[in-house]
Amino acid sequence: MRSFAQFGNDLYTGKLSFNFVGRRVLWYSIAIALIIVAVVGTIGRGGFAFGIEFTGGSQFTVSDVAEQDQSIAQNAVATVVPGAVTRIAVIGGDTLRIQTDQLTNRESDDVRDALAQAYNVNSSDVDASFVGATWGQDITSSAIRALIIFLVLAGVVMAIYFRTWKMSLAAMIALLHDLAITAGAYGVFGFEVTPAAMIGFLTILGYSLYDTVVVFDKIRENTSEDGGGLTRTFAESVNLAVNQTLVRSINTSVVAILPVGSILFIGSVLLGAGTLRDIALALFIGMLVGTYSTIFIAAPVYAHLRQNEPELKKQEARIVASRKASATN
Amino acid sequence: MAARPSPVKKAQRTLTWFVVIVLGLLAILGGGVLWGGASFVPKLALDLEGGTQIILAPQLESGQTVSQEQLDQSVAIIRQRVDATGVAEAEIATSGQNVVVSLPGVPDEATMERLEASAKLEFRPVLTWDAASSTPAPSPSATPAPNEGDESAEAEELTEGDEPAEAEQPEQTAEPSTPPTPTDASDYAWITEELFDEFTNFTCDSVDEATLSVAPSDKPLITCDDTLTIKYLLGPVDKNEASGALLTGEHITDATADLVMSSTGVSTGRWGVTITFDEAGTQLFTEVSRRLFAFPTNDPRNQFAVVLDGKVITAPTMNALIPDGKPQITGNFTQETAKVLADQLKFGALPIGFTVLTQDTISATLGTSQLESGLLAGAIGLVLVVVYSLFQYRTLGLVTVASLTMAAVITYLLISILSWREGYRLSLAGVAGLIVAIGITADSFIVYFERIRDELRDGRGLESAVEAGWKRALRTIFASDTVNFLAAAILFILAVGNVQGFALTLGLTTLVDLLVVTMFTHPLLQLLAKTRFFGDGHRLSGLDPKALGAVYRGRAQFREPVAVGATKRAKSSKEAARRQTIAERKAAEADSRGERKDG
Repeated sequence: MRSFAQFGNDLYTGKLSFNFVGRRVLWYSIAIALIIVAVVGTIGRGGFAFGIEFTGGSQFTVSDVAEQDQSIAQNAVATVVPGAVTRIAVIGGDTLRIQTDQLTNRESDDVRDALAQAYNVNSSDVDASFVGATWGQDITSSAIRALIIFLVLAGVVMAIYFRTWKMSLAAMIALLHDLAITAGAYGVFGFEVTPAAMIGFLTILGYSLYDTVVVFDKIRENTSEDGGGLTRTFAESVNLAVNQTLVRSINTSVVAILPVGSILFIGSVLLGAGTLRDIALALFIGMLVGTYSTIFIAAPVYAHLRQNEPELKKQEARIVASRKASATN
Repeated sequence: MAARPSPVKKAQRTLTWFVVIVLGLLAILGGGVLWGGASFVPKLALDLEGGTQIILAPQLESGQTVSQEQLDQSVAIIRQRVDATGVAEAEIATSGQNVVVSLPGVPDEATMERLEASAKLEFRPVLTWDAASSTPAPSPSATPAPNEGDESAEAEELTEGDEPAEAEQPEQTAEPSTPPTPTDASDYAWITEELFDEFTNFTCDSVDEATLSVAPSDKPLITCDDTLTIKYLLGPVDKNEASGALLTGEHITDATADLVMSSTGVSTGRWGVTITFDEAGTQLFTEVSRRLFAFPTNDPRNQFAVVLDGKVITAPTMNALIPDGKPQITGNFTQETAKVLADQLKFGALPIGFTVLTQDTISATLGTSQLESGLLAGAIGLVLVVVYSLFQYRTLGLVTVASLTMAAVITYLLISILSWREGYRLSLAGVAGLIVAIGITADSFIVYFERIRDELRDGRGLESAVEAGWKRALRTIFASDTVNFLAAAILFILAVGNVQGFALTLGLTTLVDLLVVTMFTHPLLQLLAKTRFFGDGHRLSGLDPKALGAVYRGRAQFREPVAVGATKRAKSSKEAARRQTIAERKAAEADSRGERKDG
């Protein structure tokens, strides 16, 4: 603990400083490499694994099963619909979820009975659901619309608040980076994309910008304080702000990740596939990437965007000159 | 500074207001529980309580759009229909263009059928019919006899007397050599050679429900009955050329299942269905009955078909001329089958057709286990956050815990009130939103505490550090919460279903976060700063200036204004002022006015 407080102090004074802004080429390269991996990996796996809500189909859940042998379900479905493609998952400790292609009502009833018989449960313990393929598309199209409108509005709000569109742009670049990498994680690892995952995905929008705003606010404070000052160049001020808020960033991301992590853990262990796990997974990845990108992408990009402004160049030249002078003295 | 109310007084006042707000919310909910039928526990959505959610999508002919009015009407009709099944607490709402029906428990088949028959109801004259024989009969006992059960219906109004309308020549070949223009909906002239071929080759397994229910009303229709045993070739829907009114379900004002009376007014003990048409419907139906009654009873054209969602639900024969718009359909009905048909007729009168988009059933056990897991995950998450806060901020962490508790209490009360007043139901996605909110809410406190620590590092005393840190922190919290709330609001407005539930809790907790941090956490810290434990920077207070390194260097090192000369300062402030927000400018003024001396 003592050492963590010391860590915070040193970061604040500048005694300890990570060069986040200066080594931007390295961070950019990592980001580009990750995005390439995300794109290539997703394509290599044949695109995203969309859930039943996007592809359409029938879904059965069998509660309170004594045996979790999945081949029983496979056979039960095959007796009704020979050659049907089934996907079976265990939810919770004793519930099976069986997904098939879209069945007719009659087939669906028959499969339900067959499953009840095969697992020796009441047919009331077997739930049958039906998902039309357009359902997922409805959600997706409304999500994409929300995404675009949010980006535009948030960009304007931030530009007004920070008095510079370059902060908005830097924050947006970091946000797109987060979305690309989170989506890439789904594509590369083949996690199923469900509406719940989409919810998590959309929340990352808010969270990623939220995190960036907190750090940018400190940057704004530091850079406005020494607008014409002589001690630090603009890039150094930005870097100091990132370092000064590093403890906050670590604490916040730990505090935000802990509940999400516990959902993810509980969701996967106790419930298996389902809404909770899907939301938590997207959030877990997104929050980690969101915190990372604020520090390693948003701040360096912002400094990068402003480095060629004549005023800031003049300031930098002055500082370099005065440092040289004091060195020779 | 002396002129302004002291921070302690202000803090006490703010805290009092905070308590008033919490008690006020509690009183609203309490009053609701006592007198308004509210509950202290928020209502749960289907995925937590168990139940079935059915999403119906409008089926539109190409280029057709659905108006909000039509949707509202559909919701009203579907609601009536669900209520008629005796299902309690069903919820029907629109979501975009779709209608979402939520039913508790698992609906029985009859309920499902009634819902799925969310259809367009039309009356079409029968041109001809045949057994749906082209499939290898699944059971050899399937007879082509149409006159069974509901099918053999007879109209009972015995107001004969008018001369039958001009008798047409029934053309049994159904293949007119030259296609003449059909004179009415029962005219064989509708049957072109092509159409008859299609009818001959038609099998009931090839019924495509999606295309059937959007079949144009001014063309003949080939379809099957709802048991898929008989195929029909139907004429177009009768239309009043003058008013453009079509003989559809919209013109049915009522349909009831009742016992059939004999002509002497004695109950026959048999069940029938009586339809009541409105004025336009009566006019149309009178004409139809006159035309159909003119055909001999063994002519298929004596029958009229009630077509629901493109399928024939019944095709009774016209046994009388019915001029009063109140036909009665009789046959081998039981009380139940008569009621089903009556409901279909009455509530099938939707302005647009619907199709089931998704049907999702969640058993009560699965719902409960999801709720329990969600709560467990929340509890674990909360405990971890508390432990981490105490580890990082020592006693100050307790302020985090108290603030989070307050935020939780207010959020709970608000959700319960929303659930009572607005019928909001907490879904699993909503619970996830709440759990995610723990982190974002706690972040406000972290930002605040870190700012206070920064001020301490700059050498301020605790009381002034709290005030100065607060000013900076509030700006940050406000800006970041705005972005978060914006995301939640946009999702809530634009998204559908589950996403909305999530966005609502996320947006709500963002507002609660602002309320708690300004009206609870900040005043609490103002008061705590007065205590010796915090004010003297006890080792465990989390605000120990020594641990924060304040002693090791002078504040001038990083807070330059004191060290910088006046001219330079003026120069630098120009650029600074350009980027300042209003709040910041005020803060700067306050800084130069009073708090400088604290440093």
